[in-house]
Amino acid sequence: MQSSEYMPEFKSRPKSRSARIAQLVPTAVLLPTMIATGIYIFVFVGWNIYLSLSNSTLLPMYDFAGFDAYTRLWRNPRWTTGVRNLAVFGTLYIILSVFVGVLLAILMDQRVKGENFLRSIFLYPIAISFVVTGTTWQWILNPSTGLEKFFHDLGWTSFEFSLITNRETALYAVVLAAVWHASGFVMVMVLAALRGVDHDVVKAGKIDGAGMFKIYRRIILPSIWPVMISVLIILLQFAIKTFDLVLALTHGGPGISTTFPAIFVYDRLFAAGELAQGAAAAVWLMIGLFVVLLPVITLGWVVRRQKKGSGHD
Amino acid sequence: MTDIDTLPDFNRKKPFDGKKFAGRVVVYTILIVVGLFAVMPLAVILLNSLRFNADILRESFIGWPSRITFENWDVAWGSACINASCTGVKPYFVASMLMVVPATIISTAVGLINGFALTKWKMPFASVVFVCITIGVFLPPQVVLLPWAIALSWLGLSKSLAGLVLVHVIQGTCFTTLFCRNYLINLPNDLIKAARIDGAGFFRTFWKIVVPLSPPIIIVTIIWQFTFIWNEFLFAVTFSSSDFRPITAALMSLNADDTGVSEYGFGSAAVLIAAIPPLVIYFFGGRYFVRGLTQGAVK
Repeated sequence: MQSSEYMPEFKSRPKSRSARIAQLVPTAVLLPTMIATGIYIFVFVGWNIYLSLSNSTLLPMYDFAGFDAYTRLWRNPRWTTGVRNLAVFGTLYIILSVFVGVLLAILMDQRVKGENFLRSIFLYPIAISFVVTGTTWQWILNPSTGLEKFFHDLGWTSFEFSLITNRETALYAVVLAAVWHASGFVMVMVLAALRGVDHDVVKAGKIDGAGMFKIYRRIILPSIWPVMISVLIILLQFAIKTFDLVLALTHGGPGISTTFPAIFVYDRLFAAGELAQGAAAAVWLMIGLFVVLLPVITLGWVVRRQKKGSGHD
Repeated sequence: MTDIDTLPDFNRKKPFDGKKFAGRVVVYTILIVVGLFAVMPLAVILLNSLRFNADILRESFIGWPSRITFENWDVAWGSACINASCTGVKPYFVASMLMVVPATIISTAVGLINGFALTKWKMPFASVVFVCITIGVFLPPQVVLLPWAIALSWLGLSKSLAGLVLVHVIQGTCFTTLFCRNYLINLPNDLIKAARIDGAGFFRTFWKIVVPLSPPIIIVTIIWQFTFIWNEFLFAVTFSSSDFRPITAALMSLNADDTGVSEYGFGSAAVLIAAIPPLVIYFFGGRYFVRGLTQGAVK
């Protein structure tokens, strides 16, 4: 910006008509995206918020009804169960995926043979849709067809594995399938970060007599923080948007034991004819996502700045 | 880590060999066990797609085929009954392709040219646009679902191919613009300046300089858009009808079939057919897939 003050003659030089038109081209190119994105994130979200404050039921109405839909929402056991499930599922899903992913990445970093082959095997689930993941795991976990029957047929008749059909545990079946889907992704991200770690520092640590465990804890893990934050952001998003995986795996059941907020939104909007309530639930989903993402994004920003700062020293 | 050879003491200590060997055993054991866990679901449905349904029901869903049939694939593709229409998954597979290909191409092209305009030209609201597309990337789709449904019916596009392509292009453009912006921002400005001094305008510079330098990000973006849109379910089920239904939405009805008769044989084949396009992309473009993961996400 300052350079333009030093050289005002360049700025004010009369331009030909074509040159001025040429300058408009990039703006014109961006314009459709700006309009579409603007409508998408401002008009549509605003519209949804307005509908959540309306008295819409089966059809969209535009009579203002205040926060009626919101208060009814929190009295609805389907919603509160969904929120509780999301909290439990999200915590377990993120902790377990990160644990398995980091463990695999550390093991893969030990100069193992067939690294590319192993990586393909660990990572392929992320390329598969949640619908396929859920359907397949539903077949495998279903006691009458899957693992339980398999072990019964092998002769282990007392084997019981009713994870998915038991109200108390069905949520853990969702966690299992989701961790299967995501841990390879975590592994690849962390492995890439591990490969970027400064090996001179690691060597120095070794010479100083630090064990492998200590080296990982003190040198390597702190320097892969930025990647861990990216991983966290992506997993948090997956968790809050959890929808198709659960539909395919448990259909929210048994009963409503594995219902999720995103399922609630869809159900209110397109099955129950409760548009205002569905819209209100969607607003909560958005608020929830931004509330959990903001601290993580801020943390990521701080970490990156600190890293840059220490890099200069 | 090969530089450790310069410190021979660490390698020559014989007493540590036993411990080292045990360590290797632990490393490989864990990797192999988790690897088997990762492969198991795919292996199970692959085997089941080759088994007779009677065998699956009698033995168990998990098992080695005692006899092999390829009929499941035939049935799943062409004549399996899903939601009372016995067409197999073929029309849904075709519908997904018809939706994914244009949506991927358009959103990638728009994303690339947007990224160029955002990073290499002085744009008055470049940072505002950047913030907006970032919000667009993070926005939960549920919050725009109802407005989209109303808007699509106003446009006369509800539950149609064009409507779904439109939804995916607009949502996808946020992703692709962000991807391409993060790549193009590292492209040397001198190249663009040189082209401009030579009298090349926006489109000429884009076509002659930017596009030839962008295949890495173009491939990454195409892979991600294709996989994402192919696998997407929420929009697919909301904005489709029995005339036009992407494969993820169709598979869900296969799964939610309450008739009581379980056709695991062709069900497995149908599930595999739905998983094939992203898997093919993943196994052939794996390098770019990983690059998109590690670079696109880290920036």
